[in-house]
Amino acid sequence: MANHSTSSHSRYLQHHFVDAEQQFDAAKMGMWVFLVTEILFFGGLFAAYIVYRLWYPELFVMASEELNTLWGGVNTVVLIGSSLTVAMAIKSAQLNQKRNIAINLGITLALAAIFMVIKYFEWTHKFHLGIFPGEFYAYEGIDHPKANVFFSLYYLMTGLHGLHVIIGIGLMIWLLVRSVKGHFDSEYYTPVEITGLYWHLVDIIWIFLFPLFYLID
Amino acid sequence: MSTEETNLKKIQVQRYEPESDPDQHYLNEETGIWAWLTTVDHKKIGLMYLASVTFFFFVGGIMALLVRTELWTPAKTFIEANTYNQIFTLHGAIMVFLFLVPSVPAALGNFFLPLQLGAKDVAFPRLNLLSYYLYVAGALIAIVSIVNGGIDTGWTFYTPYSSTTGGAVTTMVFGVFVIGFSSILTGVNFITTIHKMRAPGLSWDKLSLFSWSLYATSIIQILATPVLAITLALVGLERLLGIGIFDPALGGDPVLFQHFFWFYSHPAVYIMIVPGFGIVSEVITTFSKKHIFGYWAIALSSLAIAFIGFLVWGHHMFVSGQASLASMVFSFLTFLVGIPTGIKMFNWTATLYKGSIKLASPLLYIFGFFFLFLVGGLTGIVLGSIALNVHLHDTYYVVAHFHFVMVGGMVMAFLAGVHYWWPKMTGRLYNETLAKIACGIIFVGFNVTFLPQFVMGSLGMPRRYFNYIEQFQVYHQISTIGSYILGIGFVMIFYYLVKSIYTGEKASPNPWGSRALEWQVNSLPPLHNFHHTPVIINGPYDYHKPMDEFQLGLAESGNGHGTEVDVSSTEEKPQAE
Repeated sequence: MANHSTSSHSRYLQHHFVDAEQQFDAAKMGMWVFLVTEILFFGGLFAAYIVYRLWYPELFVMASEELNTLWGGVNTVVLIGSSLTVAMAIKSAQLNQKRNIAINLGITLALAAIFMVIKYFEWTHKFHLGIFPGEFYAYEGIDHPKANVFFSLYYLMTGLHGLHVIIGIGLMIWLLVRSVKGHFDSEYYTPVEITGLYWHLVDIIWIFLFPLFYLID
Repeated sequence: MSTEETNLKKIQVQRYEPESDPDQHYLNEETGIWAWLTTVDHKKIGLMYLASVTFFFFVGGIMALLVRTELWTPAKTFIEANTYNQIFTLHGAIMVFLFLVPSVPAALGNFFLPLQLGAKDVAFPRLNLLSYYLYVAGALIAIVSIVNGGIDTGWTFYTPYSSTTGGAVTTMVFGVFVIGFSSILTGVNFITTIHKMRAPGLSWDKLSLFSWSLYATSIIQILATPVLAITLALVGLERLLGIGIFDPALGGDPVLFQHFFWFYSHPAVYIMIVPGFGIVSEVITTFSKKHIFGYWAIALSSLAIAFIGFLVWGHHMFVSGQASLASMVFSFLTFLVGIPTGIKMFNWTATLYKGSIKLASPLLYIFGFFFLFLVGGLTGIVLGSIALNVHLHDTYYVVAHFHFVMVGGMVMAFLAGVHYWWPKMTGRLYNETLAKIACGIIFVGFNVTFLPQFVMGSLGMPRRYFNYIEQFQVYHQISTIGSYILGIGFVMIFYYLVKSIYTGEKASPNPWGSRALEWQVNSLPPLHNFHHTPVIINGPYDYHKPMDEFQLGLAESGNGHGTEVDVSSTEEKPQAE
């Protein structure tokens, strides 16, 4: 449970809530329910992954060697680190350390950007080799007729995840601006809390994607 | 309630009496077109949905009449085969995505869920407005794709046809994708609202069965719709980038599409029908003046339907080449759906037993629902058995089955709900005689349309065909005549309901004498629903208790969200607002 005040005259209390606690609980629950829908959204792709991996196990072993485990690993560390800093931002809010909220959000933002930059270089490198999804696939290096399907899945899943990171970056910028303006304190930090929940989900999805694509052996 | 109160907070409870025809209500507190477009009031959003779904119902209905008219003769009657394909696709897609899915939850649910919970609004009013605009945007994208090339895939978008055919399939699936998000956000909003926005004293066992049914529906919406969204996104990307997840020419698997599609679309039929079940429970208790029989059985059977509904999608795929073991399991699980549905039917019937029945038009629609939904449900059992299914697959028998469930069940329940809540939404009474006549016309027209389809389906008439052999002509012609009768019934309803807004008699706050909370507010309701926080002591179906115990409220300040209500502190002071 969060240690926030239940004062019924919070600055940000919306008209239809009885008190700030109800508003906070509702926002948090809404985000949890939304995250369930996100899991189902990715779930379709994970199901497709499972089906194709069961059918073509040797393809997945061969194709995953094309992926750069080092940079994938670096990205994993970067994202886990950003999950830590976003959690620290929430803790700072609970402790009413307004400056630390902004600092932690800033670090989260930077880490998210680093993730996307690394992802950009990984993708462009593959495009350079002719590894495109589906029918545009033009790489000779993997001797398997369905290699294009593996990379379709790779681009779809990491692409959808990347889209979520970009949305997260947008949210972090918004939070950073508001925290610099001093909107958040121990009385009110709902947006930080629920964006944090979202960010953890983005992190967890990557934690599944990384071994499923990079660490097949 | 127990008297050994440790965490019971005493709160002052007063009785408030609702006004009819108040000076200030939700329609005149904010005025102007801009106030409508930017409103976050759940009631106005509900009305906007109601207007939109009605519009699309008539558009889809016209498509249906065109299809039926074309089928008057075995060969071409008046439209080309290709146009015919596009028209039946649009009929299905519009009715499913733009009418059936949002009709009860987004229109009636939006209006009445917060009122039934004693809340001022849904948990996220702005998100609610966003849902509405996503729905409109998705609908516009769908219309643009119709104009810009058309879609002839059927509403199911089966690959590889949908990923290779011409026309505007890409924009169409994008439109449905956007509508899907509207549905997801409504589900998120409703679940949170039911959990967090209930008035003091409104425990889970006092929740109205309409709210329970919306809760079950929302669970399906949030769990199933994302899978449809990703599936349609894959179809779109397959057309744009050739990613080849579903197209066998690129190494993909078309049956995987069917699995994904029906993982959504089978639960989606429960998104459409379960809120209708909620309306049945409300109307039946109100017009038989009796406590609902088997409250928990009905509430939990909605959740059971939601749960089992996720495990039966393979019964759409008995002839797709899935493993025969899988088909057997899916067939067995399909039969299980009959159990909670049967529980509901029996409990509703038992509620009527020895009730003080008033045969008003909402109840008449519910009786129509009983007969037609029963036929729809039982033929569903027939279709769930594998051997019969192989024979009946993709025939008019299937068409008749799901129209009995969707039109005979869901549309009848929707109409019952509209008639039941019309006085609260508009403050006016409609012409009861016309309502009864229209109900009769629809019942007759519906049966004339769809009963012959069972016959021709079992004789082997395939669905969606443009041409047919002459022996089926008489069935097609009876069906077409029935569809015109049905159309007349719907136009008639539209006529007297719209007329009542202008010339109808003013309705009292509670014209049916219902015990449910939404009837204990003013007619029309105030902008924020309750001038005071209502305190709920009795359940919505407690017809054995006197009316004056039903709207208890406490002043705006000093109330407690999450506090237990202590009945002993009830102090009854009738007071006008």
